[in-house]
Amino acid sequence: MSPVIAMSRDDIRRAVTRIAHEIVEHNRGTQDLVFVGMRTRGVPLAQRIAMAIAGFEGEEVPVGSLDVGLYRDDLTERGPAVNIQPSDLPEIAGKRVVLVDDVLYTGRTVRAALDALIDYGRPRRIQLAVLIDRGHRELPIRADFVGKNIPTSPADDVRVRLYETDGDEYVHVAAAEGAEVAP
Amino acid sequence: MTTIRTPEPRPAEPAAPAIAPSPDETAWRRRHLLDLDDFGAEEIELLMTTTDAMKEVLAREVPRVPALRGSTIITLFYENSTRTRSSFELAGKVLGADVINVAASSSSVTKGESLVDTVKTLQAIGADVIIMRHGRSGAPYLAARHAVCSIVNAGDGLHAHPTQALLDLYTMRARLGDVRGRKVVIVGDVLHSRVARSDMWLLTSLGAEVVVCAPPTLIPQGLAGAGEGQLPPVRVETDLDVAVRDADVVMALRMQNERMTGGFVPGVREYSRLYQVNAGRLARAKPAAFVMHPGPMNEGIEISHEVAHGLQSQVEEQVANGVAVRMAVLWLITRVGGRSRT
Repeated sequence: MSPVIAMSRDDIRRAVTRIAHEIVEHNRGTQDLVFVGMRTRGVPLAQRIAMAIAGFEGEEVPVGSLDVGLYRDDLTERGPAVNIQPSDLPEIAGKRVVLVDDVLYTGRTVRAALDALIDYGRPRRIQLAVLIDRGHRELPIRADFVGKNIPTSPADDVRVRLYETDGDEYVHVAAAEGAEVAP
Repeated sequence: MTTIRTPEPRPAEPAAPAIAPSPDETAWRRRHLLDLDDFGAEEIELLMTTTDAMKEVLAREVPRVPALRGSTIITLFYENSTRTRSSFELAGKVLGADVINVAASSSSVTKGESLVDTVKTLQAIGADVIIMRHGRSGAPYLAARHAVCSIVNAGDGLHAHPTQALLDLYTMRARLGDVRGRKVVIVGDVLHSRVARSDMWLLTSLGAEVVVCAPPTLIPQGLAGAGEGQLPPVRVETDLDVAVRDADVVMALRMQNERMTGGFVPGVREYSRLYQVNAGRLARAKPAAFVMHPGPMNEGIEISHEVAHGLQSQVEEQVANGVAVRMAVLWLITRVGGRSRT
């Protein structure tokens, strides 16, 4: 089965702008806000949201990056994925932290991120923003801000590509089972 | 969670990955770390970036992550060691593993238990990783052949000391960026140094210009004019004043006391007069050059006190980087063929 374009570059841009507005509205401004992008693609998304907020609100929200490799519990299921990079977080103690990731699926990455964040300090609140929610949660975790809900089967391959990390920009959904999607 | 378990047999190396890695993830297929002589540039790069991440963990207020929670690491040392053993122990603990130290001198080894039996016993207890130092070159290879757990070589005879070479490389890169084209002078008892052997392999494979300097009696036979097969392509220079000229890095090796009396050098005083890394000699190197030493140092013999603790010394950084490098090694080798951790 050939991949279906679930989001175009314009769709992604609009979703990011809407999430930015929702975050500001929900938190009644940008006071004490901190964005933490989850590596890899959560980082550029967090930066874009911060940039959008700087545009319409005139406020700078600090952006950090978080690598949860050392906190995962499902590495062996993902094969020998071993790349980890240093996390780089601003002060998060007492702050309203918004975690940002590209795809919310089982919730295990978010669970790992929550553990990691708490190791760095005690945030006042942690919220979650994702570009795609594809369902199939294995943990009691939900997103506060969602770009797009995409119903999928667990066998589907959801592929997010962003300019900053991949040089291209789209969200594909393909019935997987080894089917390689041309980038 | 402390359940006693029998180690599951793991697939023979190289373990085929269950899932093909996506393009942005580098594959790592090594279950053991025995030597660096067959490492590719990509694997070295992965080790270095993983070490960066481990440095960040060590810089935290509470340096502790759950990456290896539930894993058991056993250090099995047949030779004395302070920094290597404690550095591995700390690395394991920071990653959340349980670490048990076994000194061969106080174990059943003294009752005549063979190396293979000891390794099998330790993995029956539940060892996921055995970190091993042994006086015989190649001993970790023997252990790895019989082990279902991972084996890390923490120094074997005159053969290799891979984690020391990796931390040396990491320390150099922190200062130099890249070692390609840089001049590294290794001075001292190269003949009896597994550190020097591992450093020579690793640094030359990355394009560094390695110059080895020692009295002819302390240079491995055939090393001059080497470059094919068994020996790394280094240059040999017996005059330290000539060797250090324009060097980027000067690495002094420990002059072991027993070599002094073994007829390799005429005497301590003559050795230090000709081969000590001191301020005068360091002045001939590049202005930004720095000094390294794998420790423990004999200050006043192979390195002068002022240089050992001077501004150009990276000795303490080496020790600090050692923990991060060993964390990276433990993390990477336990990604392969391991059981699922929940």
